[in-house]
Amino acid sequence: MQALEVTDLTVAYQDKPVLWDIDLDVPEGILMAIVGPNGAGKTTLIKSILGLIKPAAGNVLIYGKSYAAQRHMVGYVPQRGSVDWDFPTSVLDVVMMGRYGELGWFKRPSARDRKLAYDALEKVGMQEYAQRQISQLSGGQQQRTFLARALVQDAKLYFMDEPFQGVDATTERAIIEILQNLREQGKTVIAVHHDLQTVQEYFDWVTLLNVRRIASGPVSEAFSSENLRRAYGGRIAFLKEEKAAGD
Amino acid sequence: MDFLIEIFSDYTLRTVALGTAVLGIVSGALGTYAVLRRQSLLGDAMSHAALPGVVLAFMITGSREPLVLIIGAGISGIIGTLFMLVITRFTRLRADSALGIILSVFFGFGLILLQVVERLGLPNRAGLNVFLFGQAATLLQRDVVIMLVISTVVLALVALFWKEFKLLSFDRDFGSSLGFNMVWLDIILISLLVLAIVIGLQAVGVVLMSAMIVAPAAAARQWTDSLAIMMILSAIFGATSGIAGAIISSTGAGLSTGPVVVLVISSIVLFSILFATKRGIVWSWFARLRRQRVLRLEAVLNDMLKLAEQHQDPTHPHAMVVLQTMNHMQGGTRSTLSELIRRGWVEQVDSTHFSLTPAGVKEAQTFMSQGQFN
Repeated sequence: MQALEVTDLTVAYQDKPVLWDIDLDVPEGILMAIVGPNGAGKTTLIKSILGLIKPAAGNVLIYGKSYAAQRHMVGYVPQRGSVDWDFPTSVLDVVMMGRYGELGWFKRPSARDRKLAYDALEKVGMQEYAQRQISQLSGGQQQRTFLARALVQDAKLYFMDEPFQGVDATTERAIIEILQNLREQGKTVIAVHHDLQTVQEYFDWVTLLNVRRIASGPVSEAFSSENLRRAYGGRIAFLKEEKAAGD
Repeated sequence: MDFLIEIFSDYTLRTVALGTAVLGIVSGALGTYAVLRRQSLLGDAMSHAALPGVVLAFMITGSREPLVLIIGAGISGIIGTLFMLVITRFTRLRADSALGIILSVFFGFGLILLQVVERLGLPNRAGLNVFLFGQAATLLQRDVVIMLVISTVVLALVALFWKEFKLLSFDRDFGSSLGFNMVWLDIILISLLVLAIVIGLQAVGVVLMSAMIVAPAAAARQWTDSLAIMMILSAIFGATSGIAGAIISSTGAGLSTGPVVVLVISSIVLFSILFATKRGIVWSWFARLRRQRVLRLEAVLNDMLKLAEQHQDPTHPHAMVVLQTMNHMQGGTRSTLSELIRRGWVEQVDSTHFSLTPAGVKEAQTFMSQGQFN
């Protein structure tokens, strides 16, 4: 059983295609990176799989059924910058939102939900921050808070939009450990990733995207310099030069 | 004192105060969402857009029954909001332009309708003008009863949708991914906002009603970091300014309530922005001064420890002149030294010389390793 099957997914804003005829087959129990240049449609891909953006065409199956039917199996970490971190609420409260899906309409979180939220915060090393106002968090702590909120969803398939964005090296290590831990439990993680240098180290699978699907498969096969050139065009050489100059 | 007794024994004034308190509570509570979702201007557009509805409802029914007018106001407010959504969705205009257009077009249309009513000389037309700037004194008991009923429904729905509205306000996409229908929630919340606005129109007026939506919440935000407390505070601020505005305008020389209410709530906002703990300007200013003073203490203690180390004697006395020279970037060496003496970390040896006490040496060493006071 595939964790995720996407067929012929096409998304367009007005007349401009953002994603064109995407096919994806993602097996269970892997960490997969989605990489591609800016404007490649990485976030759009995740959002259209989750039904947040209406695709022009295409079909998405999660464990063989539609997203609406399998919602409870899916966890989501949006981009950190997509929310207002000055919102008057506490870390624990944000994490508790991960329980809302299971609670459904109108039901209030119970003591058990609080306990689960605390446990999730402990897993990401944020238990002391439970009562902290979210405006006081650093970028890395915000990311961990979002991760804890996804963990509390207790999903089988996770979508994460740039989980390493704006975090320091220590937090990045901590987050990747959590993701690997999820994989050991048989869960599947699909993450938008920006740092090409760490793809091989962190992930098992990779999807290279640039409006079209350039390649998708195990890192050893799909993450070739030929595919990278096709995804990034001439820009990849520029990136490497810059890196060499910086070193 | 007599004044207060008069307020609470005067039947009319009591009714008016109750009405404005209720509208203050509801607009304060709903305003919390408007402010947090950055939709403050939406409230302004809605209240202006309600004017043609009020006048049309009167023209069609010939009645000035508050319920009729409120329904008219609500319908036209909602139509205005829909137009706004359509404009932002299907044209290249941004939300602020759409708001501006709707606000002025609807309000202008409402003003023309008011003049038409005047020209036609329709019976009963006299009271319609109060919807411009509001006149709380015109509230009758049955108006207040209607306001109470609507308010109860609105607040009950806020309580019912508490978790959902929080999700909508904080992270709409995440809420959607969980299966909550965010479009419907948005529509419900905006409708509640419309209700909060229309029940205040008679007392506060379409021109300034948005102040009752935005200002209490903006003031409340300064005092707390909790959504629930913010909403309660906002409701309290709203009620306070509503009552104060109604009483001042009723007892004064026939002042319109809207402007008076705005002055009262603005003072609350100003006070909150200046003096609120943590967020207030004055508070942060004092916090900065305190930090600065700590840094100065640290600098002087540091200098003294360094000098003392040259003499191999931690408590060796130093001349003030030397310390002032070392500290020339910071200034205020004299006052810093007296603060250090007060804390028992420095002793004055003679009129110009100072030395570290053993406690001061320890303190200096501690923060040299940690970079701060404990």
